[in-house]
This record gives sequence, structure tokens and C-alpha cells, in this order.
Amino acid sequence: MSQFNELTKNGLWSNNPALVQLLGLCPLLAVTSTVVNALGLGLATLLVMVGANVSVSLIRHHVPDTVRLPVFVMIIAAFVTCAELVMQAYAFRLYQILGIFIPLIVTNCAILGRVDAFAAKNPLLPAATDGLMMGLGFAAVLVVLGAIRELFGQGTLLADMELLLGPIAADWQITLFADYSFLFLVLPPGAFFAAGLLIAAKNVIDDRLERRRRTSQTGQPQHSRRVRVTGTIR
Amino acid sequence: MSLMHASSPQARAATSTGQVMRWVLLATLPGIATQAWFFGWGTLINVLSAAGAGVALEALVLRLRSRPLGLTLRDNSALVSGVLLGVSLPPFAPWWLILVGMVAAIVVAKQLFGGLGHNPFNPAMVGYALLLIAFPVPMTQWAAPHGLFGPDASSLGESLGYFLGLASPADAMTGATPLDAFKHKPQAVLASEFWAGEPLPPGTLNAWHSAALAWLAGGALLLFKRIISWHIPLSMLGAMVLIATLMMASDPSHHAGPLFHLLGGAAIFGAFFIATDPVSAATSRKGKLYYGAGIGVLVMVIRSLGTYPDAVAFAVLLMNFAVPFIDYYTQPRTYGHSRPNRGIKVKRIDDDEGAQ
Repeated sequence: MSQFNELTKNGLWSNNPALVQLLGLCPLLAVTSTVVNALGLGLATLLVMVGANVSVSLIRHHVPDTVRLPVFVMIIAAFVTCAELVMQAYAFRLYQILGIFIPLIVTNCAILGRVDAFAAKNPLLPAATDGLMMGLGFAAVLVVLGAIRELFGQGTLLADMELLLGPIAADWQITLFADYSFLFLVLPPGAFFAAGLLIAAKNVIDDRLERRRRTSQTGQPQHSRRVRVTGTIR
Repeated sequence: MSLMHASSPQARAATSTGQVMRWVLLATLPGIATQAWFFGWGTLINVLSAAGAGVALEALVLRLRSRPLGLTLRDNSALVSGVLLGVSLPPFAPWWLILVGMVAAIVVAKQLFGGLGHNPFNPAMVGYALLLIAFPVPMTQWAAPHGLFGPDASSLGESLGYFLGLASPADAMTGATPLDAFKHKPQAVLASEFWAGEPLPPGTLNAWHSAALAWLAGGALLLFKRIISWHIPLSMLGAMVLIATLMMASDPSHHAGPLFHLLGGAAIFGAFFIATDPVSAATSRKGKLYYGAGIGVLVMVIRSLGTYPDAVAFAVLLMNFAVPFIDYYTQPRTYGHSRPNRGIKVKRIDDDEGAQ
């Protein structure tokens, strides 16, 4: 069981594709202007990631090493086509908004990276878990980034959710600041900025956890050793 | 306190950063005074509030980073960033515009990168570029030249009202900048016809020319005090004049002349006060020439081909990107070496292992 915990922790936090591996930044920066866009692309990526990891894991003994990358890309492309068709059928307007970024999931290096680094070397169940957790980690960052940019860019949250979830989500929109617009965050530079802040926040949290862990292990804070100091410190 | 280890000669500059920045502040006074004289109290409110916000934000971030406050605040650099952003913003800008700009300048562009000396980009121009992208409408409403005390001028109280957002300036209070107006000249109208039609509120061109000359006077003071060297301003303005002359020679009916480009916008101010920022500019003399010329070329390219009427901020930021590259290829020869020490020296690991 510990392997699955490890995979979960890796995918969601300590080896998060978006925050740590910094892979798939192109969709991350391009489509996270609202929660609904981010969630739509996040779910599509999640689907592709799980499907590709499972398929590659099943055929891992039958693919020669030399041609593995083209084979993997073909598999990923097949799943992307599936995701694209599903979106076309059930969320056509969202499909139109996301546009080129759905086919571009094929080129998301986070997916090819996981397939090549993990699924091609591991049995079915760990590979599926890894795909699920990495996909969830990626989608979570996408949604958080989308929420930050939507909230501070146009003052709303969960606007237009009916594009993805149908009529029941039509009145989910929360307007926090009416008549407000901060164009910078809606545009791609703001995405870079917000993503940078998210990464910084993750590092701060990791730092705190690490320090707390050390303190509890040794019983004393790291910097409490006495050192001899000469002169004045200004 | 880190130990200084620098190679000889260990001569120290006679002036501290704080003194340099005080001279820069002093040199901005004629420009600020002229801009205020023509465009009203808004300029002064901008400058004071932006400078105040700069110092306050710097103190706040230093506090968060648990750095000593006094030492850093005494170098006046936040004050200078604030003043430079303040004069670049349209007079009668609301308070939140200035605050957002200063947060971008001081917190993001300066302190997040490590404070003075570590910022790869000019803080004031980062603030300006962000505001121009994020709030295009208030950023392109420059004040009409009604002066400080003229019959149409806004009083100090009214200006404070605009600043606090209690009222917004009437349409008659704002006007396009000369560059903006010329940018939106219809294609069918010749340049000469355009100017004959008096497209700007009366006195606008005069106000901009006077402000540019006042900034030139401040720049001359900086040159005289050797705070800045002549390389960046001269190469930047030279490149602009060259390109503007060529463009006017090729098609005088649709391009403004070099004098208009020099005096009609932020060129002089940018050349002496923005591009010469010692932290984010190139370091060697040759590098400064390339850096300044690059800014001049970019300003002219964006002004005549881009969508923005003026481009000093974008040009400076783009050339800030290029500074490591420029510094890499323009490193001068040092005493005792026959060739300049250019390039990254890679230590060969196999050699080390072979020796063992």
C-alpha cells in the first residue's frame, strides 16, 4: 500500500507536474484565465494521462526501446482525439473556447514524461495510479491558477460553469467585485506571475514542513546553536 | 555582513548610493517643475504619492524579509523609482493606479529579485508597463495643458479629488499626447495637413517640448556630476534621430521628423533618467553604446510600427533582457591580459581526475 501513498503524494505535491516538474506550462499559462477553462482542460488532460499510462503499461513488454517514443505519442494522440470528441459532443462551447489547446494536449510533456519514465517500466495498477495522481495534481494547479486569475482578473468565481457541467451550474457564478477588471491577470503575463507565486508558496510550505520535521527530530530549532560573533551586526 | 572580496585595485567610489540617488532626485526637479507648470497639480500629486508608496512598500518588504530597514531605505533608491514612475503616469491618475504600479515596481521587480543591485529590470518601467497593459484607458488619458493656475486649471483640491477617486476629470481636462495623436492620424491625411488642422489642445506641443528640454537640463546636471556617462543617452537619442531621419526622408508625408520624436514624447526623459539606471543597464562603455542604440531602435520601431504611441518603457525592458548578452560580448580587456576575458570557462573534470 505504501507505494500508492508514495505515488499519490508525488503526483499531488512533491513531484507535481506543474509546480515542481514545470511541465505542460503552455496550456497552464494559456487557458487558465477562468475556472471553467482550467477545469475543462484539466479533466481532458487527466483522462489522457490515465488512458495513456494504462495502455503503455499493458504493452510495455512488446514495444522495442528504439521506437517507443513514436508509439507512445501515437497512443497519447489517440486518447487526445477521444477527449476532443467527448468535449465536442458534451461541451461544445467550451471546446470552441479551448480551441487549439485540446489537440495540443498531445504535446504536453508532462504526459509523455510520465508515460516514458513511469508507465513503461511499471505494472498496470501503479501506472494507472500514477497517471491519475499526476493528472489530478496537474488539474488541481490548473484550477487554482484559474481561480486566482478569474478572481483577481475579473472579480468573479465559477463564471460560465454551465459550459462544462450543464444547466445545473448556470447560477454558480459568484461575483466578488462587481464592475472590476485587472487585464494584466487575464492576459498571459499574469499567468506567469500567478504561477510563479504558486510555486513560491509551495516552496515556502515545504520549507516550513522541513524545518518543523527537523525541530521535532532533534528537539531544538536549527539556528539555536551559539556561535561566537565579533564586531557588530547591523 | 558579507566579506568583500574584490581584486585590486580596491579604490572605493567617493559617493555612496544614497548620494548618487540624491543627485538624481535633484536632477528630476526641473522636469517635474515644468511638467507640473503645464499639466497641473496632478504631476506633483503623482510624484509625491508614488515616492511615498515606494518607500512604504520597500520598508514593508524589508520587514517581511527581516532585513535591516535603515541601511536600505537610506539609499533613496525606492524614492527615485517612485519619482520616475510618478512623472511617467498621466496627471490626475487615481490613487489605486499609482499603488498598483508601485507594488509591481518595488515589490515584484525590485525586492522579489533580491533588492537594489539584483533587479534585472528597471523597476519603474516594470510598473509602467504593467499599468499600460492592465489599465489602458486611464493610462492613455494624459492631462490637457491647462497649467497650475490658468483659467481652466484644476485647483489643488479638485486634483486631490481626482486622485482619491471622488471625481473623475472632465473630458476637457484630458487630451492626447502628441505621439498618441500622430499615431491615430488617418492614413489619407498627410502629416502637414494633420498639423495644420491643430489636432491637439492649444499649447500641448509647447508643453511637451518644454518638459523635454527641462529633462535635458536635468540630464546635463547628471552628466556634469558624472552620475551617468554620455554613452547611453547619446547612442539612444542618436539611433532615434538616425531612424527618424531615414523614415522622414523615405516618406515625409506620413512620418514625423526627428525633432518631433525627440521632443514629443518621453525620449529625453528616458534617455537620461530611465535607460541609465546603473543596475539594469549594460556595464562596459562599449556595451552601453549598444544598449542605448538598441533602446533607440526599439523605441522607433514600436512607435512607428507597433500599436503603442510611445515605447520607452517597453524598449528599456526589452534591452534589459539583452544586457547579460551585451555584457558577455563587450567585456573589455583587463590589464595584464592580451585578450579580453570573454566566455564561460568550463573546468574540465577529466583533467582533474587524470591528475589524481
